[in-house]
Amino acid sequence: MDSETQKDTELEPPSIIDRYYTRWYRADMKGQPCEDHCILQHSNRICVVTLAETHPVLQNGRTIKTINYQISNGCSRLNNKVSGKSKRGGQFLTDFAPLCRITCTDETKYTIYSCIRGRLLEVNENILERPNLLLEKPSTEGYIAVILPKFEESKSVTENLLSRKEFESIVSKRDQQPQAS
Amino acid sequence: MLPLKEKDKPIIQKLLVAGCCARCILRFCCVGVQSAYRQPEQVTLQEMQAFVLKGENEKVQDPAAAASTGEDNNSHDAAEVLEGPPCKRVKLDPGDHADPSEDEKSNLGESQVCVACLGILQDLCGTNQAVKIADTVKAQKYEFDSLVLSISLPAQLCVREHSCWLHVKKEVREKGLVLDKDDVIQVKEAFKWIMQSLVAKELGGVAVVGKSGFEVGVEFTHPETDSDCHFLAKVCPDCFKPTKNKQSVFTRMAVVKALEKISDDKFLKQYPCPPARPACSCVPQDVQCLHVSVFIAGRYNKFCRSLPQTPWLIDGERRMESSVEELIAAPILTAFRAGGFNFSSSGREDVDVRTLGNGRPFAMELQNPHRSRLSKLEMKELQETINKSSDKIRVRDLQIVTREAMGRMKEGEEEKTKSYTALVWTQRPIQKEDIGFIDEIKDLTLGQKTPLRVLHRRALAVRQRVIHSMNARYVDDHHFYLRLKTQAGTYIKEFVHGDFGRTKPNLCELLKTDTDILELDVESVDVDWPPAIPE
Repeated sequence: MDSETQKDTELEPPSIIDRYYTRWYRADMKGQPCEDHCILQHSNRICVVTLAETHPVLQNGRTIKTINYQISNGCSRLNNKVSGKSKRGGQFLTDFAPLCRITCTDETKYTIYSCIRGRLLEVNENILERPNLLLEKPSTEGYIAVILPKFEESKSVTENLLSRKEFESIVSKRDQQPQAS
Repeated sequence: MLPLKEKDKPIIQKLLVAGCCARCILRFCCVGVQSAYRQPEQVTLQEMQAFVLKGENEKVQDPAAAASTGEDNNSHDAAEVLEGPPCKRVKLDPGDHADPSEDEKSNLGESQVCVACLGILQDLCGTNQAVKIADTVKAQKYEFDSLVLSISLPAQLCVREHSCWLHVKKEVREKGLVLDKDDVIQVKEAFKWIMQSLVAKELGGVAVVGKSGFEVGVEFTHPETDSDCHFLAKVCPDCFKPTKNKQSVFTRMAVVKALEKISDDKFLKQYPCPPARPACSCVPQDVQCLHVSVFIAGRYNKFCRSLPQTPWLIDGERRMESSVEELIAAPILTAFRAGGFNFSSSGREDVDVRTLGNGRPFAMELQNPHRSRLSKLEMKELQETINKSSDKIRVRDLQIVTREAMGRMKEGEEEKTKSYTALVWTQRPIQKEDIGFIDEIKDLTLGQKTPLRVLHRRALAVRQRVIHSMNARYVDDHHFYLRLKTQAGTYIKEFVHGDFGRTKPNLCELLKTDTDILELDVESVDVDWPPAIPE
């Protein structure tokens, strides 16, 4: 065991996200201020949809009342089933496909969107039982859904998204604006 | 003397006129005596003609005079015959064929290319060919005790065979009540009877047998008559459906099937009977040698955290310069002079995982090995060569195994146990006492959703896996070593970091803090195959 790496990890905790995933962002989803989404793309092209830390659900000490994967009368993301290696049967999603609706105890409502094109593999049912997971660990255990982009689109699906750097600069500008006005 | 009977006479006469070679005529007379085919074709023809003439009043000129033109000139001669003026006249059965030009063509008798075998049992079946085959085999320096000769014929030969059969069907059936098309000796059969001993002789007495691990293939094509089959596609379109991997729909199998279906009447309406005379002989293709695969097994260690098990390609580009299988395979391929390999193992480890202890069982199929037998000593030397070639891996128990034994490695793979050591990081500072409870946990059943890491290639499912026992060794307030003995197929990394809560329970839950895995070693893969070889 290399003592160098051991020291490094003490200084900076390891992160499986940094190790295996690239972060992509969508700011102000559908023109709604600060409704930022974060997509974690694994090197194997699998994408995990999460709330960005700046999302209103995670601000001002809000607590969650309900999370609903039933996005319309006819369609519930909970009914999604995939089978086999090729993941047959999964709902195919486009960038603006809604995944779930979150209602907070202060009666604010938010819709979470797919942000990328691909096949829906699974939604996170754990947050239905424990909505606090979403508040405590929004980028890991509190994930919203897992999406598999088409093989040939694995590079292009993130073209419309912001890199971490671009997103951070938007957020810092956003923070400055209210002060300026 | 040829084993011919009186009732063969009409068959012989008809086929001589039709332009069949002497050996093909023997075939249609259902002669199963191998030596009859092995004597020179000219001799057979002379004997055959003498036999037919015996007791007949008609005067027949000896066509053997026109024989023994060199094989190089053969096709040229045949072409000339088709265009040039008639030479000598042979009349065997004037009533049979009224068309005078047909008779003219049969003038040269044996110097023409046979309508049935397209030259395969003529000049393409003799010492010259045997030398060519033997030279190819020798040049490739195969080591073998015996070989099997295989022959691939153009598909249209079946059509021509069928046409000839219909031509003499009546006569053959009169010869013996039970005789049918199946009793006609096949071209392949006759070719082997003639060639096997010749090839054996050229190779210095090697056994050329019906079954052997070493196959020498000769292939013949005949572009001139490729269109012979085409009418069958119209009559029997079902038999000729295009598929991805086929160059032509007119495979031998498809043609045989179509010929079984088509009625004699239909066939005779669309195809000449006997078949038209070809201008030239078949073209022999390159001789192909193929030795059956040899199977190798052993165990490997992997001491490097930047070495994938198999070549790692992303978008067609290599990610790491080498791999376990390549490091093992290179010296083995050299020793067996094999053309290619397939590597398989009892599970696999990630690129950053080491495999220690006795190592992981693996097996390899070596394709087309030019050498197939190595002594135990030679195998030991080969193992040493591999081990000296790199310090990233080590091999033990290297041995030759059977194809069947390879299955032992895969069977019951899931029931076997594996032992690991993981270096674990904890977010919360820990004391020795905080991790002591881990040692008490026995047979912990996990529900593992297919890890996100492999979800792109494995089906999504929740799999039950058992951790039989664990042992924690404290390092410092954020690190400890975790030894695990688990059911094969348990994803250790996901057990430690939880995979976004998709493996449950996981170490984060057990320790009530975020945990991550910094290093992982496979300590043992408890599969008792292949058998250990004492050092």
